[in-house]
Parts: sequence; structure tokens; C-alpha cells
Amino acid sequence: MSRSRQRALHVAGTLVVLAILGFVVLPALVVTIAAFNDKAILAFPPQAWSWRWFAKALAYPDFHSGFGNGLIVTGWASSIALLVGGAFAFALDRYAFAYKRTIEAILLSSLIVPHFTIGLGFLILAAQIGLARGFAVVVVCHVVLVLPFVLKSVYVSLRNLDRRLELAAAGLGASPSRVLITVTLPLLLPGLAGGWLLAAILSFNEFTASLFVTAQRTQTLPVAMYNYVREYADPSLAALSVIYIAATATLLIVANAYLGLGKLLNVEPRR
Amino acid sequence: MSSLAAERQPRLASQVAADTTGGDVAVELRDVTKTFGQVHALKEATLCVRRGELMTLLGPSGCGKSTLLNLIAGFLAPDRGELEIDGHRVNDTPPYKREIGMVFQNYALFPHMSAADNVGYGLRMRRLAKQEVGRRVADALALVRLSGIEERRPHQLSGGQQQRVALARALVISPKVLLLDEPLSALDRSLRASMQVEIKEIQRQLGVTTLFVTHDQGEALSLSDRIAVMFDGQIHQIGSPAEIYRRPKDRLVASFVGDVNVLRARLGSIDRTTATISLGGQSIPVASEPLAGCKPGDRADLFVRPEQLHLSETGELVAAQGTVTTHIYQGGHVDLYLLSPVAAGGRLLVRSSEPDAITRWPVGAAVGVTVSGADALAFPPQDDKP
Repeated sequence: MSRSRQRALHVAGTLVVLAILGFVVLPALVVTIAAFNDKAILAFPPQAWSWRWFAKALAYPDFHSGFGNGLIVTGWASSIALLVGGAFAFALDRYAFAYKRTIEAILLSSLIVPHFTIGLGFLILAAQIGLARGFAVVVVCHVVLVLPFVLKSVYVSLRNLDRRLELAAAGLGASPSRVLITVTLPLLLPGLAGGWLLAAILSFNEFTASLFVTAQRTQTLPVAMYNYVREYADPSLAALSVIYIAATATLLIVANAYLGLGKLLNVEPRR
Repeated sequence: MSSLAAERQPRLASQVAADTTGGDVAVELRDVTKTFGQVHALKEATLCVRRGELMTLLGPSGCGKSTLLNLIAGFLAPDRGELEIDGHRVNDTPPYKREIGMVFQNYALFPHMSAADNVGYGLRMRRLAKQEVGRRVADALALVRLSGIEERRPHQLSGGQQQRVALARALVISPKVLLLDEPLSALDRSLRASMQVEIKEIQRQLGVTTLFVTHDQGEALSLSDRIAVMFDGQIHQIGSPAEIYRRPKDRLVASFVGDVNVLRARLGSIDRTTATISLGGQSIPVASEPLAGCKPGDRADLFVRPEQLHLSETGELVAAQGTVTTHIYQGGHVDLYLLSPVAAGGRLLVRSSEPDAITRWPVGAAVGVTVSGADALAFPPQDDKP
């Protein structure tokens, strides 16, 4: 009796796990299949198959400019976030100072403030000081959004760094700046690169706040896609989504092979 | 060792010798105090390390020995007191200007550099020419008998090899002082023993002043020219291994270094230099200094090494009676544990080199114990057992 019950539980457990995994990949799967629909509607399942929506998506000028704008915004935002976040992470790890916890909380606060609030805030501010809705506003907004992720990833790398390596270097005659250049930075490189990459992916995909702070001239790819879907309902967008997923996945696989992204997400046990 | 290595070593040794400029004190600490918050890690430590000697800092974990090492390296700053290396005050000298070679407990090899680049790091920081760096790195790796692994990363090396790389990296800069922080604790027992011999040989060969931190009293006794025994942030005794073992200054040192039996006894007589301890039918001469202030008839604890106790048939004039409970065969000798009411812990340890000790004194045998030799020591009793 207990054996058959165990077996029933085992089967039920397997089904639950499969169902959860299914739900996780389901949206991407549906969109991927819809992208190959020959008809000019977003229908599922498709009746006939075609690559033509991929061709159309790649040729659409707004997507082109959106892609270019996205690269500009992402490049600046994640690089600035890396500098600012890296410096703060260093300070938080190495020095004791007043209001340390408060400062950390403020830097991480964009995790709990909704993106539309941040976008709206920057929109109002930009209007108030008469700033044109150029790239500067979008970049600053994205820096705020991705800062927590960079901060965390650099901070974790710093915590994983064995301080005795820096002491060993100093003992061997390296001045503080040479310790930084020859030991600390090379060992932090995976963390810095991983933090930058994480920020870049988040920034490039960000939609909610971007919708508020971008204009026609500066709209990023997700905003361009949103504007497209408001007017047309053909599978171009689905095709673009597939490209998006494929590109991001490739990037992550390559990055993981070279950087070991697993290390960025955990504090390793110290020996 | 290759003949090439043998050729090169004298040069390394002469480099070290050339750096030594007058005076035989390499490191001096005067009343150095260091606190961490409420914890007194080091209390007015005074220590002189002679040029070319190998001194161990021995003590249980938390006794302040690593703090002392970090103060000398410059990784910590003393709260009070003076710190001198080669006769120069270095209290305010940053670590990278102190010319110290340090081997860390976990070796702290740079994981992103090859073994050769690890060893050459200190030379590159001194901006030596590339060829000179390569030559000296090869010398240093030959010295620690580790040629042929130059291009491997630390994670591709065994624990023993990492240890050697760390040692070579510390020695290649011809340091004024070599600091070793429990460098052998991560190695297995047989490797540890052979590394002890090798470190001692290399140290002799180069004549480099060495401070070796360990909590292993056996390691300290076998390696050192002198030992500084530390407890609770204080240096209790400094002396040669034989002095520390045979003439421990207090109960703590006597109990920590080597095995020791503590027997409850009474003071028989005392004068300026010697005292006698009455124990059973024996009267045992001891030094009177540790017993200053005691009167004949007072209680005293006799500290005796296991090899100074001897078994005899009961009925002789013995110091104590006991019952054999366990034999531990150790190859060259046998450790016999005895239940005895006179022992402070209830048990005595007798080390017998007689080959037939196990058959002669079987488990359960009632035996008499006599104390021999001139190395017995007595201290006034204390409430908490050592």
C-alpha cells in the first residue's frame, strides 16, 4: 500500500514540476511558433509556415532606429552604472562610514519603486528644468534602474575576494595602487564584466520607464515594438521576439563560458 | 637536487647575507600592545629575534601569535609600543616598504597568475629586468625543488606544491625577515613532517631570519632555534626547545609543550636554589624558584614528563600506585595509561621504551610508579586544572 502511495506521490510530483517548467517556457514557445505563421495575424496555432515576418521585422525602419538608440542608451547607462555602482560597492565593502545602511538602501531602492514611477518622475523633472527629451534623460533614468544590479554583483565579487591576496601583494612590495591594478582588478574582472552585462541586458529590454522618458527620436527597441503592436497585429513582433531571445541567450551562454556567471550570484564559502 | 640548483644556491644565500648590516637583532618588539575592540590581542609583548635564527611563536589559537606576525608584516598597526626591523623603527612603514616575506596559512597564491608569475611578483614590483626576474624565479623554484611546473596555475598544483610556490615567492625577494603563518597546517601528516625538515634546511642554507607561527608544539620543538610560548596575548617564555621542554617557566607552558603528568604532592623542604617534593615514599629534588613563598608542608603540584616515570613492582619505595588501563603501542615506545589517585586528572601517562612493557604490565596490573631524572618541576597548586 505504502509503495503504491509513494509511487502516486512520485508521479504527481513529477507532473507538478513539469507543469511549472511548462508555464515558464510557454510564453516564449507560443510566440516562437506564432512567428512562423504565414498569415498576417497573430494566431495560434499557425495554419501555414513562413520566414517572411523575420524579413519584415529586420527591414522595419523604426526597429532599426530603436535598436541603434537602445545600443546608445545601454552602452552609456550600464557603463556609468558600473563606475558608480562599482565605486559604491567598493566603499560599502571596505570602509565604515556614517549612514552606510541608509545609503545602501537608497541605492537599492529602485528595486521596490515601480518603473513607471521612476519614468514619470524623470519626465516631470526633465520638463521642469526645461531639458529636451534627449538621450541624457533616458540614460540617467536607466542608470538609476540598473544601479542595484551592478552594485550587488560587484559587491558579491568583492566579498568573494580573499583579502589575504591583497596583503600578500603588499607584503611583496606592491604599493596600494599597484595592488589594485595587478591583483584586485584582475580578480574582480568577472564580477565587473558580469555586472555590466546584467545591466546591459536589463537596460536594453527596459520598457515601462523608457515609455515615459523617450521621444520619437530616442525611442528604444521595446518602445518601438510597443508602438508597432498598437497599429499592426501581424507576426513581425513575434519574429522580432524570437531574434531577441536568441541574441540574449547566445550572449549569456558566451558570457557564462568566459566569466562563470554562477559566481556572481552567490557568496562563495571562504576557505 | 640538481647540480645546477646547488650551484645557484650559494648566490641566493650571499644575497641574504649581503643585506644584513651590523647588529645581531633582526626584529625587536618593545611593549607592543594591540586591542580589537574589547579584546586584548597582544599585551605589552617584548621580543627580540636574532639575525638568522628560526623562532617559533607557539600557542593555542587566539593567543595573539598571528596578530604579532601581522604587526611585524605591517598588516596591522600597534596601539602602543615600538617595532624595529634591522634597527630601524618601522611603526609607520607601510607593508610594501618593509622587505618582508610572508607565507600565509592558505598560501594566498594569486589565482590569476602562473606559478612562475607568482614567484616573480615581488621582483616585478621591484622593477627588475625581465631576464633577471626569470633567472631568480628559476633559482627560487629550484631551491624549493619545484622546477617544471612554472606555467601551471595554483589550482592545478597539489597542496604541497602550492606550499613550495608560496615559500619560493616569499624567499625570492631576499626578505629581511621570513614570516610563516601556520604554513603546514593544511598538509597531511607525512607531507608536513618532510616539509618541516625542508623548511629547516632551506632556512639554514639561506640564513634568513624566520618567524614561524604554529599551535603544534611538536612542530615548534623540532623546527626552532628558539620558541616563544604565548597565551592570552602575552609571551610567557622564550627559550630553546630544550629549555622550554625541560625548564618551563610556569604551569601553562609546562602543560602546553609536550605531554606532562601532574601529581598532587607536598613540599618537603625548600631553600634558595632547590626544594624537595615528598610523594609517596620518594623525595624528589626540584628547582625552588617557581615555589617562591611556599613553606615545607604546603601542597605542591609535581610536573613530570611521561618518560621520567618508571614502572616497578608494588612494594618498592615508590612515588605513586596505579592500575594499568590502556597500552598504546607507538613503535619505538609504549604509552601506558594508569589510573592513579595521585594524578591531578586521575590518570598517569608512562612512556616505556622497554620492548616487553605490554606483557610485563598487562591491563589491570597494579603497579608502582617511580620518578627519575633531574627534570621534575613543581608549581604551587591552583584551583583550576591546567
